[in-house]
Parts: sequence; structure tokens; C-alpha cells
Amino acid sequence: MTELKLPELGENIVQGTVTKILVKVGDVLKMGQNILELETDKAVLEVPSNADGVIAEILIKSGTIVKVGQPIFKIKGESTSTQTPGRQPGDMASAVSPSRLPTSEGLQPKAPQGNQPTPSDPHNDTTNLTTPLPIRKDIPAAPSVRLLARELGIDIALVPGSGPGGRISTDDVKAYCKMLNTSRPGGSAPAAASHPLPNFSKWGSVRREAMNNVRKKTAEHLSFAWNSIPHVTQFDKADITELEKLRQSVSNSGKKISITPFIIKAAAAALKKFPQFNASIDMATQEIIYKDYVNIGVAVDTDRGLIVPVLKNVDKMSVLQISDELAALAERARLRKTTIEEMQGGCFTISNLGGIGGTCFTPIVNWPEVAILGVSRGSMEPVYANGQFVPKLMLTLSLSYDHRIIDGADGARFNRWLCEAIQQPSLLDLGQ
Amino acid sequence: MNATFQLVVIGAGPGGYAAAFLAADLGMDVAIVEKEANPGGVCLYRGCIPSKALLHVAKIISEAKHAKAFGIEYNEPKIDINKLRDWKKGVVSKLTGGLGQLARARKIKYFQGEAGFINSSLLKIKKADGSFEEIGFKNAILATGSRPSVIPNLPKSPDIWDSTSALDLESIPENLLVVGGGYIGMELGTAYHELGAKVSVVEMTPGLLPGADRDLSDVLFRRAKGMFAKIMLETKVLKMEAVAGGITVTFTDKEGQEFKETYNKVLVSIGRRPNSENLGLENTRVKVNARGFVEINDQRQTADPNIFAIGDVAGDPMLAHKASHEARVAVETIAGHKVAFEPQAIPAVVFTDPEIAWCGLTEIDAAKAGREVVVSKFPWAASGRALTLDRTDGLTKLIIDPKTQRVLGVGIVGVGAGDMIAEGVLAVEMGAVASDLKLSIHSHPTLSETIMEAAESFFGHSTHIYKPRK
Repeated sequence: MTELKLPELGENIVQGTVTKILVKVGDVLKMGQNILELETDKAVLEVPSNADGVIAEILIKSGTIVKVGQPIFKIKGESTSTQTPGRQPGDMASAVSPSRLPTSEGLQPKAPQGNQPTPSDPHNDTTNLTTPLPIRKDIPAAPSVRLLARELGIDIALVPGSGPGGRISTDDVKAYCKMLNTSRPGGSAPAAASHPLPNFSKWGSVRREAMNNVRKKTAEHLSFAWNSIPHVTQFDKADITELEKLRQSVSNSGKKISITPFIIKAAAAALKKFPQFNASIDMATQEIIYKDYVNIGVAVDTDRGLIVPVLKNVDKMSVLQISDELAALAERARLRKTTIEEMQGGCFTISNLGGIGGTCFTPIVNWPEVAILGVSRGSMEPVYANGQFVPKLMLTLSLSYDHRIIDGADGARFNRWLCEAIQQPSLLDLGQ
Repeated sequence: MNATFQLVVIGAGPGGYAAAFLAADLGMDVAIVEKEANPGGVCLYRGCIPSKALLHVAKIISEAKHAKAFGIEYNEPKIDINKLRDWKKGVVSKLTGGLGQLARARKIKYFQGEAGFINSSLLKIKKADGSFEEIGFKNAILATGSRPSVIPNLPKSPDIWDSTSALDLESIPENLLVVGGGYIGMELGTAYHELGAKVSVVEMTPGLLPGADRDLSDVLFRRAKGMFAKIMLETKVLKMEAVAGGITVTFTDKEGQEFKETYNKVLVSIGRRPNSENLGLENTRVKVNARGFVEINDQRQTADPNIFAIGDVAGDPMLAHKASHEARVAVETIAGHKVAFEPQAIPAVVFTDPEIAWCGLTEIDAAKAGREVVVSKFPWAASGRALTLDRTDGLTKLIIDPKTQRVLGVGIVGVGAGDMIAEGVLAVEMGAVASDLKLSIHSHPTLSETIMEAAESFFGHSTHIYKPRK
């Protein structure tokens, strides 16, 4: 009898909530067969088996939080591999990832996880170790300071040094660690702690519900973005009368094209024209990272909350291709099939609330991106032209951006350029 | 049932024994498999230690000669090579015997023999008495080291030495050719010169000690020119023939001119190659690269997750102190600690006369990387201590980042450079800036002051060097 452990599921995924168990006791298990549905920070994943055998006992139930490496089933019969596939040889290359920016998950200091060897068994199987941080060359920090950062799970390259020549001290590492902790609501956030909630039931009945993972993650991520990015939002209006005609002409009963793919296409062109909008900031090194690719995330409203799947290389796609891809991604998001990879790598985000209504709004930049576009509902307005008012279908575009690297004038230019691009839809690559 | 160990260390050089000892100290159940009766490896038996013993003798002879300049004259030394060899052997056996005791005190199971992997958890040992034993392991550390590279198609002759035979001290030849102007050739060449041999050096590249900054190796070159019978740079060895009483060597110089010379002995020191063969690595997932080095990650873990590799077999630089440091990383990783091999500075020391030592960034590296640096130098001619030793042939330099003023590298040539470099390593590792070195009081009169003065010189006001204001 061997134990089947929860395998590693992807970068930075350490645990998840079991939403469904797809097998039962007595089932014959084949390697690669899906055994669980697991809700992680951002996506529901199907977990494949990493062993063959017969299920003897199920050690978890729906709703249980399981950690990578934690036993989930007991199985009988031949088992080709019941080990957690820890660091694989192929990971060596990824261990020296050149990226200095953490993913939002990477920002959380890695508290000791359950898959660490326990002190009482210091010589545990080495395959159970978490993926170690990459080594950093040429960092002005003493060996003891570098070791401290490594033990805390902090990438030393991200820690701002306060000493001469940018030297990083033990205190700098601790301060950085503290900053990460306090910038996460729900953690040891002093803001939450210092403002106790009133007793709401004094005024009537209330009920408390646990936040789901998507909600928790959204709360953390948006608080971090809001706290760390000085936001400015600018509004502009695009005349979409022509675009609407075009849109209706390419839509038919079988296939309805929304306005979003057109805006994505125009935004992709704008990102190429204004590279500071396709960038990220590395405050630790005082550098701006410019991206040569154009991936655009699109906010999708699901029954679990907000999901932002990312369309990759949209600059190389036609409007109709974008439309198809977007429909597929949105469908996957609603079916909870979106993978972590599909939500990573975004350069810019578009949130279209036009289907619901509203005139304008102030979206929050999706860090580590530096700008986001809010799209409201178009409405017929009288526009004064050639000595008379003419009816035009007008659309408000709300552009929020990171004022640290984008100046107000550039924000206005970007939004105006975008409006003008949308006003001349014939210039967009439709792909017909 | 075979015994199963939490850790088996294969090879007990400065990497292997350090790994085994630390693992035992952390409470692991450890075995060592090693060809020799005691730990030590090449470093203790056939490398660092015996060569430094000989270089100490060479230094005494050289200083006695030098004393004539101050009015102290000694007779020509009489060298009893048998006694010298016995003394050197005594040093080696005292050290290796001591390590054997330390291994026993830690209750480490010591197998004298050769190990081969049967699979990723089983090892077959061919013991010194010819019998075989299989042992299981949870983790293994490969620390099998390296051996001297050989030139193919050389005649078989007892007159062609490698570093091992040169350290055996079988005789002091009248004429000795050193093939390869790297650190091993230069060190052994220096020792044999002082013991009375006429030493010539042949090197393919345009300079001695490839890898060291030229301003450092030039200081050595100037002294070596007066010491060695001949230094042939940019010259290749075409052929060696065994003749009565020695070896006739055919050279070709940079113009393509061929010439011949006969030597009593030829020392081939053209580098070292990793010992990664005949270990049964094909029965594991361990990968070996084209140069024969075992491929490892930052934790010194091979592609086979339970097998680690450290020291010479795991890659350059092939230095004992790098191996011992890697030992710590590998063992702590096995023990579940979050560690990585991430030194900023691995010191390199050449124990010639004068010594050359450097650490961190070199000017060669900076130029290759296109990195802007400021080099601040202090020539030893301005050092009081160097003058009292009558050894002003020295130079201390700091390689400094102009923006942050951080000390990125240190290079020293001069007597005692090997010991002085430790301060440089500390400075680089600690992320020290030039003013840290300038503001730390260095004792007077010592050679270490040259480091402080090189830092002062960076700010344009070294006490013992006058630079007119621009």
C-alpha cells in the first residue's frame, strides 16, 4: 500500500481546496487520469494521477484544503511513482529565471509550508523540497544576509538596500518582508486590525460567509495594486457610429461579434505606439521593463467573481481571430477551466462593462501592468459638427494608469489616439 | 540485506570529507568510499599540501640566497632529497592520519575501495582487498575529483612527469621542461628551480597564468625571467621523443619555426580533467557534459535528485576551497535547509614567488562583460613593509564599480598575496565600498596596508603616493 500525494501543479501553487473527487474507493487508477478538481488561488484545476493502482482509501474530502505533497489517497497495486515530483532536472533552467519581477503569488513571503521536512526528521527525502530561489550574482549583501533572505523565501534581488553602494542589511530584508506582509490584507494587515468592525447584528440580522479563493485573491491583489500604484484616470469619448455599422455588418445570426475585439485590436496598436504603456516598473533596481510582446487581459465576470484571462500576441491577430479566441477564453473562464498559464503574462487589461451600463468608471490597474482601459456603454449623443447637431453613437473610454511612469499628457495622448483609431475602424485589421 | 546509509560520499578529498563530516555532525548516518586508506584526496596526497611543503623549502633556499644583498652570506645549500621526501611524506601522513581519526570519531563507515552505481539507490564497492560489497543509500555525493590531463601519443617514459610524479620527488633533474604556464606548472617549476634544476617553461598562449590579469602576471613574469632558463610563450610542443638520459622535445614558435631541445625531465601540466568515468553513472539519471563534468543545479544536485556532485568533478574552478564550500551546500540541502551555492568571490591563489591572488571580478572578466570599472592600484614600491623585505615587486589593486563605489574584485601580486586575499574576499562578499577599506585601520607596518592605500588612491589621496592635482 502506498500513498498518493498531491503532485506539483505549477509555479507558486502550494495548496488548493478540493471541489470534487473524481474517483472512488476500488477504482482502478491509471497514470494521467484526472482524480480531483482543485480550486487554487485563481483557477479550478483538474489534477491528474501520477501513479497506477487501485484506490484503497481516500484521505480527503470535498472542501478540504490540501497542500502539494500531502497524501490524498492510499493505493494498492503497482505504483510507478508515488513520489511528489519535486525538483525535476528540467527545473534547473527555470531556477535561473531572468525575471526579477515576482508574480503576484511570488510576492507573498513563503511561510514554511507543509511540504517542508519537519525538524524531527531532518533527513527527509530531498525530493520534497520546495523549488529553491534562483541564485543572484552581484548583489551587495553579506553572505549571512543572503542566507536570511533565502530562508525567508525572499528574492534578495528585490530587496532595496539602504547601505552605501546599495548594500542590503539584515534590517532591509526584514523591512521588505514586513512590507510584503502588511501590503496583503487578510495577512497581518494592521489596517484591518486597527479598525474593528461594529456589531452589525445590532441593526438587524446578518450572515457571514467565507470568501472563496477568487474573492480572497482579488481582494489581496487589488489592495496591493491600489496601495502601490499612484493612479490617475482619464476619460475620453470615441465616436463609434462607423464602428457600430461595421460590427453589425460582420455579425450574423450564427456569430455575434461584440465591440471588445475591435477595442482590443486598437489597444494593441496603441501599446506599440506608446511603449511606456506596455511596461512594468522594477523599483528595486530603478528600472523600467519594456515588453516587446503584446498580451491583453480581458476581465470576465463569472459566478465566482472576476477572472482575467490573457490573449497572447494580440498584435499578430485579426479582429475576427481575437473575437473567436476571446469567446473561447470567456467560456473556459465561466466553466472554471481557465489555467494559471492563461491568466499570466498580461501587458494591459480591458474591462468592458458596456453590456451592463454606466457612463464611465475608474478601473484599478492590474499590477504589474501599468495601465487598464475601462469601456462603458455607448449612447446616442448630439454632436455639433458643420454648424449643426448630428446624432452620433459615442463611447466613453476610461484609462487608468500608473502615474510613476506615465505622465498626464501621455495618458491623454494614448486615450485620444485610441479614440481616433476606433473612429476609423476601416484601418483595423478585420481579418475577413 | 545490505546496509543502507542516509548519505554515501564517494571520494574523500577536501570536498568529500568536508561533506561526510558535516553530514555526520548533523546527525546523518554516513559512509565514505575512497581509494586511499585515509581521507585527503589529491589535495593532501598529491596536490596542495605536498606542493606547498616543497614551496616552503624553495622559499627558504631563495631567501638565504637573497640575504647576500643585506650582507648575510650562506654557503650553497646541501640538499638531501631522501630526507626532504620523508619530511614531505610526514606532513602528508600526519594530516591524512588526522582526518582518518576525525572520520572514526564521527562514526563514519569508511570503505577503502572504488564505487560504482548499480542504480539510483545502490552502490557496488570493489574493496581494496578485491572483495565486493553492495550498500544502499538515500543520498549520494559524488566527490571524485580530477586528474592531470595528458597529451595524447606521448612516448611511455619515466622522464615524462605529471604533477603527481613531480611531487614524488624522485630526483632533482639538471634540466626540466615545464609544459604549460598555468599555476601548477609555475609552482612546481619554482620549487624545482630553487632545488637546483634549470627550469624552462613552454606556454601556448601569449602570457603566463592565463586567466589572471596581465598586470599581476607581469610582475611574476619579470621575476621568473631571471629565475628560469627560458620562458617560451606562444610556443607549441610538437613532439617528444625518449632518448638516452631524457626527452627530446620539438617545438614550434609563433612564426612557425621548429626547434629541438633535450631535457632530463619534462613536466606536463596542461590542466586537469574530471573523474566522471567508470562510476556507473549510466545506471543513474546523472548527466555528464561534453567536458566530462557532472551537471548540477544551484544546490549541487544532479539530474538524479538523490545524487549530488561537488568539487572538481562538478565543474570549474577546480579548487579545494570551492569543493569544501560546495560540500556544505549539498549536505545542507540534503538536510532540508534552504541554501544555494552563491559565492560572490572564490579566491584564486598561485603560490609562486611572488604569489598571485585574486577574487571576485577581474579586469579580464569586466572587459568581457563590457562592464565599466575603475581600477585603483597601489604599487608595493611605496610600501614600507615591502621595502623591509626587499620585495617591492608587488601590486595591490581594487576593481571598483564607479557608480556605487562597491569593491567588485581584488587582485594582489607580491609575497604573502595568498594570505592577504582573504580581506579582499570578505570585502567583496560583504558588499564593501571603497571607503570601508579606506576607513578600516590596517596595522603598520604590514603589507595589508596596501589594500587600504589602494582604496585611498581611489579617492585620489593615498598617503604614500603623490598624484598632482589635475
